[in-house]
Amino acid sequence: MFDSFTAEILARVQFAFTVSFHIIFPAFSIGLASYLAVLNALWLRTKDETYLTLFNYWKKIFAVAFGMGVVSGIVMSYQFGTNWSVFSDRTGPVLGPLMAYEVLSAFFLEAGFLGIMLFGRARVGDRLHMLATAMVAFGTLMSATWILSVNSWMQTPAGYGINEAGQFVPEDWWQIVFNPSFPYRLTHMVLAAYLTTALVVGGVGGLHLLRNRQDRPARRMFSMAMWMLICVAPLQIFAGDAHGLNTLEHQPVKVMAMEGHYHSYPDGAPLILFGIPNAKEKRVDYAIEVPYLSSLILKHKWDAPLDGLDTVPDADEPPVAIVFWSFRIMVGIGFAILGLGAWGLWRRFRGRLFDDRLLHRAAIVMGPMGFVAVLAGWITTEVGRQPYTVYGLLRTSDSLAPVAAPAVAASLLAFIVVYFFVFGAGTFYLLRMMNAPPKAPIPGIKEGPLRTVSMSPVAQTNADETPVNRETRDV
Amino acid sequence: MFELSFIWAGIIAFAVLTYVILDGFDLGVGILFPLAETEREKATMMNSIAPIWDGNETWLVLGGGGLFAVFPLAYAVIMPALYMPIILMLLALIFRGVAFEYRWRTERWKPVWDRAFFGGSIVAAFMQGIALGALVQGIDVADRAYAGGWWDWLSLFSILTGCAVVVGYALLGAAWLVMKTEGPLQRQMEGYARWLAMGTLGFIGIVSLLTPFQDPVYFERWFNMPGLALSVAMPGAVLAAAWALFSGLKAHKDAQPFLAALTLFGLCFIGIGISFYPHIVPPGLTIADAAAPDESLRFALVGTVVLVPMILAYTAYAYWVFRGKVDPDEGYH
Repeated sequence: MFDSFTAEILARVQFAFTVSFHIIFPAFSIGLASYLAVLNALWLRTKDETYLTLFNYWKKIFAVAFGMGVVSGIVMSYQFGTNWSVFSDRTGPVLGPLMAYEVLSAFFLEAGFLGIMLFGRARVGDRLHMLATAMVAFGTLMSATWILSVNSWMQTPAGYGINEAGQFVPEDWWQIVFNPSFPYRLTHMVLAAYLTTALVVGGVGGLHLLRNRQDRPARRMFSMAMWMLICVAPLQIFAGDAHGLNTLEHQPVKVMAMEGHYHSYPDGAPLILFGIPNAKEKRVDYAIEVPYLSSLILKHKWDAPLDGLDTVPDADEPPVAIVFWSFRIMVGIGFAILGLGAWGLWRRFRGRLFDDRLLHRAAIVMGPMGFVAVLAGWITTEVGRQPYTVYGLLRTSDSLAPVAAPAVAASLLAFIVVYFFVFGAGTFYLLRMMNAPPKAPIPGIKEGPLRTVSMSPVAQTNADETPVNRETRDV
Repeated sequence: MFELSFIWAGIIAFAVLTYVILDGFDLGVGILFPLAETEREKATMMNSIAPIWDGNETWLVLGGGGLFAVFPLAYAVIMPALYMPIILMLLALIFRGVAFEYRWRTERWKPVWDRAFFGGSIVAAFMQGIALGALVQGIDVADRAYAGGWWDWLSLFSILTGCAVVVGYALLGAAWLVMKTEGPLQRQMEGYARWLAMGTLGFIGIVSLLTPFQDPVYFERWFNMPGLALSVAMPGAVLAAAWALFSGLKAHKDAQPFLAALTLFGLCFIGIGISFYPHIVPPGLTIADAAAPDESLRFALVGTVVLVPMILAYTAYAYWVFRGKVDPDEGYH
């Protein structure tokens, strides 16, 4: 099946495939862990059982998504070595310690407290349970911090020297960790994770509102999600713009590809809204352009000159079409999120937030869009980094492990089959859990033996709550 | 003053040993899973490890991530050399990891995920054993890279170590369940533990006898001082642990069989250490060859010295929270 491909292409496809699957889960669990911590804190503070209902509802969903994130993440931590061993040998002295810090300060924290968060409320009491929940959320953010530092160093390496064995060696850890693109990338990604989660929560809330607009937990989660969207989407657009300017400074070639600028524009560059990049002829066909806008956005001056890909040797260019499209998909979804948030805000001020069925439908459609945007954004930045693994210093083709092509083909095929099977099933269970309203028992289980519900007094009061007659103070 | 690289070799060895005994017993529970007779017993077995398996598996990530950090050359050589067993282990861990949640989410497909839990556990254990055997046999290195083919890991010896690890993990799992359960399930596990202990001891014996012949260097290390002293002491220590294991089972002690089984694993690990030292990837790479520059080792060490004791403390706390016999009616599903 993969006979005509080289080991390098196969290894790249395998990494892209496994990391793309993986990123979906952290993008969700970073946001959801924080949401759970907020829900639990609100429940402890207000003793409003709607929060506890929501906490227990999303907790089970979190457990499944987190499990999928863990197992797909273990693959990543070994794949650097199995498929990119030269990269590992060269960058290990710089990147390895950062990853070790991620394991020590984030993974153990998440894993150590996850059990208590999921199973331990009755055993440790509310306070320690809250601490465990907060620690899981903190762990997910720490993990994002370290791994984005690693990724950013690959994009904008700093603070390193090169030894006689050809390894990158650390010279200044501060510069390595806080390399030039790191603060921008971290902000952009964490906000993306929060938006992704808010979109899912909003979509699930919208679904249950369509079925029963008196559904109290659904109203609460929909309202919280809409607040989140309208607060974070503008911040995200601002952060994305700043990240883009940072990329222009450090990786101008990537921006040329994102913009589709095959040629230099000495008198101000147009913004190409849409078009079809033509790699052979080195131009964008059927382009719809806004004159001077690209210069205005990137240089804040309408007639500022901008270099194009004609200034770069062909061998140093990323694949333009992929970057061009993925960037547009991400930005388009970003503005759609802003639109949804604004719509929600408008209906809220009109007092119609829970009655606008079109808004609820729109929220459902937008539910999975955060994942699409996150993937598109990562494709933009990672494919845009090509043909390098360490930008400008180590080529992808020089990073490869000495593993024979048939071995990589076999493993790639196995990953594709297993991931679609396992994560397909997991996604199905997640959707089914989300499809069930926050109070109903999970479908598919008739005789499950595990029920704390009947044992814990907290859950018992929860079970008594009727959503219909207690709906005065939503929002 | 020790070299930083040797301190780090010790830390990595500690992480790997911790992984082996912690994930060893929960993989072992997975291997024994199909032997449960009722749904209630299955629930008990899985719930005995559900709150902790994720933390246990994190030590595997530390082993990989730590190797990448402080011995990048060893990481870059071992991973391609053991490509197939490692990929198969990762895929197996995916199946068993998701089974913890999935099996509670469906009635119709429950048997599928129960099989995934068992199959994933046994394949992961077998592949870890194969990886160990292949490493003991040695890895071809040339010019800072793996120089062998993609089937080099497969040999009778590595299949033997693979089987040894499966049986050994099953022993840990059975002993864990003796500690964490009661009633018929506990009795059943006591019976299994006895047989598995005999199997484990048999495998320890065979592998120990064959190891010195995998490489003349091992022979010298075991039959010259100071290794010779340990060669003499080791069988005694193994027998003492075995006695503690069997007598604990006979007296229906809760914790003693499990602790004795852990001791057995610890002793085997020391044995492997004696064979390897001072190499990290036999026969060519020593600990010093593979180490990252001191600047990397120092930076990573600071965090490790601060964080690992904290990790051990809250991990111990998590075990303490879920101490005692498993109540199959407790859980959140």
